Amino acid sequence: MSGAFRIPAAGRLKQAKTARFSFDGQSYTGIEGDTLASALLANGVHLVGRSFKYHRPRGILSAGAEEPNALVQIVRDDARKTPNVRATVQELYDGLAANSQNRWPSLSFDVGAVNDLASPMFSAGFYYKTFMWPKAAWKSLYEPKIREAAGLGVSPDRPDPDHYSSRYAHCDVLVLGGGAAGIAAALAAAETGVRVILADEQAEFGGSLRFESGARIDGQDGFAWAQGAVAKLAAMDNVRVLPRTTAFGYYAQNFVGLVERVSDHLKAPGHDLPRERLWQVRAKRVVLASGAIERHMVFANNDRPGVMLAGAARTFLNHYGVAVGRNVGVYTANDSAYAAAIDLKKAGVNVAAIVDLRDNPTGPVIDEARALGIEINFGRAVIRAGGKLRVSSMTVQPKNGGGERTIPVDAILMSAGWTPSVHLFSQSRGKVAFNDETKRFVPGTYAQDCVSVGACNGTDGLSGTVDEAYAAGAKAAKDAGAKAGKGSKPKVDASESWSRGMLGAAPGAGPDTTVKAFVDFQNDVTAKDIRQAVHEGMRSIEHVKRFTTNGMATDQGKTSNMHGLAIAAETLGKPIPEVGLTTFRAPYTPVTFGSIVSHARGPLFDPTRKTAIHPWAERQGAVFEDVGQWKRAWYFPKGGEDMHAAVDRECVGVRTNAGLFDASTLGKIEVVGPDAAKFMELLYTNPWEKLEPGRCRYGIMLREDGFIYDDGVVGRLAPDRFHVTTTTGGAPRVMNHMEDYLQTEFPHLNVWLTSITEQWAVIAVQGPKSRDIIAPLVEGIDMSDEALPHMSVREGKICGVPTRLFRMSFTGERGFEVNVPADYGQAVWEALWAEGQKHGAVAYGTEAMHVLRAEKGYIIVGQDTDGTVTPNDAGLDWAVGKKKTDFVGIRGMMRPDLVAKGRKQLVGLKTKDPKVVLEEGAQIVEDPRQPIPMKMIGHVTSSYWSQNCGRSIALALVAGGRDRMGDTLYVPMPDGVIEVEVTGMVFFDETGGRLNG
Amino acid sequence: MLLIRCPYCEEERPELEFRNAGEAHIARSGNIAGESDDDFEKFFFIRSNPKGIIYERWRHIHGCARFFNAVRDTVTDKFVMTYKAGEPKPSKLPKNGNEGVAK
Ligand SMILES: [Zn+2]
Repeated sequence: MSGAFRIPAAGRLKQAKTARFSFDGQSYTGIEGDTLASALLANGVHLVGRSFKYHRPRGILSAGAEEPNALVQIVRDDARKTPNVRATVQELYDGLAANSQNRWPSLSFDVGAVNDLASPMFSAGFYYKTFMWPKAAWKSLYEPKIREAAGLGVSPDRPDPDHYSSRYAHCDVLVLGGGAAGIAAALAAAETGVRVILADEQAEFGGSLRFESGARIDGQDGFAWAQGAVAKLAAMDNVRVLPRTTAFGYYAQNFVGLVERVSDHLKAPGHDLPRERLWQVRAKRVVLASGAIERHMVFANNDRPGVMLAGAARTFLNHYGVAVGRNVGVYTANDSAYAAAIDLKKAGVNVAAIVDLRDNPTGPVIDEARALGIEINFGRAVIRAGGKLRVSSMTVQPKNGGGERTIPVDAILMSAGWTPSVHLFSQSRGKVAFNDETKRFVPGTYAQDCVSVGACNGTDGLSGTVDEAYAAGAKAAKDAGAKAGKGSKPKVDASESWSRGMLGAAPGAGPDTTVKAFVDFQNDVTAKDIRQAVHEGMRSIEHVKRFTTNGMATDQGKTSNMHGLAIAAETLGKPIPEVGLTTFRAPYTPVTFGSIVSHARGPLFDPTRKTAIHPWAERQGAVFEDVGQWKRAWYFPKGGEDMHAAVDRECVGVRTNAGLFDASTLGKIEVVGPDAAKFMELLYTNPWEKLEPGRCRYGIMLREDGFIYDDGVVGRLAPDRFHVTTTTGGAPRVMNHMEDYLQTEFPHLNVWLTSITEQWAVIAVQGPKSRDIIAPLVEGIDMSDEALPHMSVREGKICGVPTRLFRMSFTGERGFEVNVPADYGQAVWEALWAEGQKHGAVAYGTEAMHVLRAEKGYIIVGQDTDGTVTPNDAGLDWAVGKKKTDFVGIRGMMRPDLVAKGRKQLVGLKTKDPKVVLEEGAQIVEDPRQPIPMKMIGHVTSSYWSQNCGRSIALALVAGGRDRMGDTLYVPMPDGVIEVEVTGMVFFDETGGRLNG
Repeated sequence: MLLIRCPYCEEERPELEFRNAGEAHIARSGNIAGESDDDFEKFFFIRSNPKGIIYERWRHIHGCARFFNAVRDTVTDKFVMTYKAGEPKPSKLPKNGNEGVAK
């Protein structure tokens, strides 16, 4: 037996297919097709959680995605412990294990419930008022404790082992919501042949047809019609049907985010299935058929387990075959709760009484209830619910006061009316309009190509809904370019009537200030809290919301917003539209990080770029560093060396014999065309027209503001062809900068730009023996100093493959950079390495490269410059063509501030104690005895131990630095002040003789 | 995510393929080195930042890589129209921004 409250004759589930599950360690039996909520109710379990603030016992309020109370943790294994799962949405599978949340030590005895007794302390604005003083205690004391006490669920503490997938889709008509309206709209659109996607958050389509026992369409029970219609749609080639799929966000230009729950309902999902799938859909037209959500009645203790929405009770009965009690009471302000009473009565459940706040309503459901012998009380209110862990009674009183009467019940079904779900419409930037007659916000002005149909549009009754939806589906298809359809509209044979309800607090919600009449169950906001917020001066609904936290929980106030608004409006004495509705934001229901991140995590989070020589460096035991997306060999430790020892050995090795360095990551751009030299003149500060083919030049690129943007050596291969190098990190932005000027400012120039970074592997061979290493492998290039002087480039062959051989140096030694097609990079490196071994060459990494260039005072853009440094500041005036009349940055450089005295200039620093190595970024002062805060005149940009110099060296930006040569300055550090002397930037081989050494 | 019509590719492509490149129709002087401080300030620093219609540059960087101009409403975030770099600032805008882009 799948629960004592299962009624075999009721519902649509197959009784034979049982599924075992556990809740808080207790075993139960349910039926396949149950939700966790229906299975618990079938077993008579109403108490499923504790509330957020007061730790009050809570039951199941709804049967759908709007559920505020029944949040549980689903545990599959140690890594899969999903918190805050709505029991009303979680489908049952055999072996499902769920735990209640937010209680200690147990659900029925929760120590935190003392908050309920102390609740006068916890009223609206409590957090703001109580914990603002002393300020420092908020972070260290109050916040952690509050979070601990009030948290919703527990996060998993291991990496998520599941995988998630992501799809893009395009369609003509996207229909969101698969109730009668959505299905009718999808049928109309699909019959025209256009591409249609129909999505619904439930496992089965049908929406409110799940509980509307009175609905008949095309001669069938409404729900059966829905299944048939969706099966027909699913079989059409132009239709995609997505069950278990929630549209959570509506973005610009009909771009909608949906998340499909693929395997959370399966007992043992295979690893070939993602857990969830993110759909990013671009639709020509969107049909919103998101339905309506029932509101609860606001009265004292309306949160007791067993007090639930009338429509939910009907769903549990008519779909799942579960009676939510044996002796139920009904409290309503509209007709739809009568249908719940009638259905339950017919199923054999005792209906103790219907309490209707309205004075003398009439209608067929009221007649039918009366005919079934159900006691009906008009003009009366339920002023409180009795019981604690489960409702035990309802106390009834005439709504204007008078004698009380307490009726024993084990469930109260309530309905204050239905709120159109305008969430997605509002997210699309549509403006809602208040219908004063029906007291509903409905879609008003549209901002996108979408249309609302059915209950979410405020359309009452099944017939009207199907008419409207079918017409809207056909029109959406037509607007998307379809011809006329050939189907026929579904015929509604019987339907249930809808009526308006009431908003705000019922008489049982105070004014007694000790009464807890909940408006927002998940955030524990009562009617009193809303009134108090107004009394304390909140006027806008946005302020009331933040002060009370009404509607700010994970359910985003799906059941509470309208009540909160109505109570605020009543207290303010203003009409509802003047108080305004809070903004609806995505996501409609919570979305996992997994589905948004999808496969973009771990190694796939960001691409990793590796050079052709990377495997060789790996084999040599190189330690790598990340430079942007690149992995670069940082240093090559030998025989247990630490970084310091390895770098010292590499630096000395390069200057003693030679070193090989993988420079492949340098950005490389080919500038080609009849106007290539003219273009270079405009993009770089240097003159290029007169540079002979075969020669190189160090180029500086500025932004229009006159500050250094990038630098690099440029070789002229031919009159119309330049091989430009950029910094490793700067390659993409330099390319963008060049393209921008070429396309928009200098489009008259006949030039092509091509990124060649990945096409050429670059092997730097530097040091006195560099030529001896390269020469035996080179064909067709005269390697003599006369034929190939410093700063020249030749094309020829090395190891039989084409090369662009640069004679250049970033170390101050005689040096070469061997460019070969990337596919040959590793082979040529290995040949050079073998040759190098004969000459005592070392392999060196980026750290040694940095030290060696700093010994020579060569700057690194982005390290020694920071976007506010001019060529003059960096001591690079020599690289600016004095006779040029135009280049990018020429005017910026003349700005008054950029030519003023006292600018920060790049200089060298030597510590008085040669053993002390400064910290990069350290601040520099003139006088260390000044009071704090001291006047800072500059900072250290580069600093290293130089084994070649036998001392530390540093570069720094210092105000008026070049006028301070020989001066003593100070670098205050936490453990003392360091004395430094201002020097030139070149620390090694000041005459530069070694370039030809 | 917006859809942007590239006037070179002549189709709408997702925003991910594009990069904004600042305000359009700010001409760089042919004699920039001779400009006064005031003129350079206007050219380099001053931008209109309107509430409403803005003329701006975009680049179809992950597509054809061309720079082009767009008219966008900064209130609704809607693209009114796009046109090629070098074409004059349109004197008349299409009535319905959305349709202008779609066509
Ligand atoms: Zn394009």
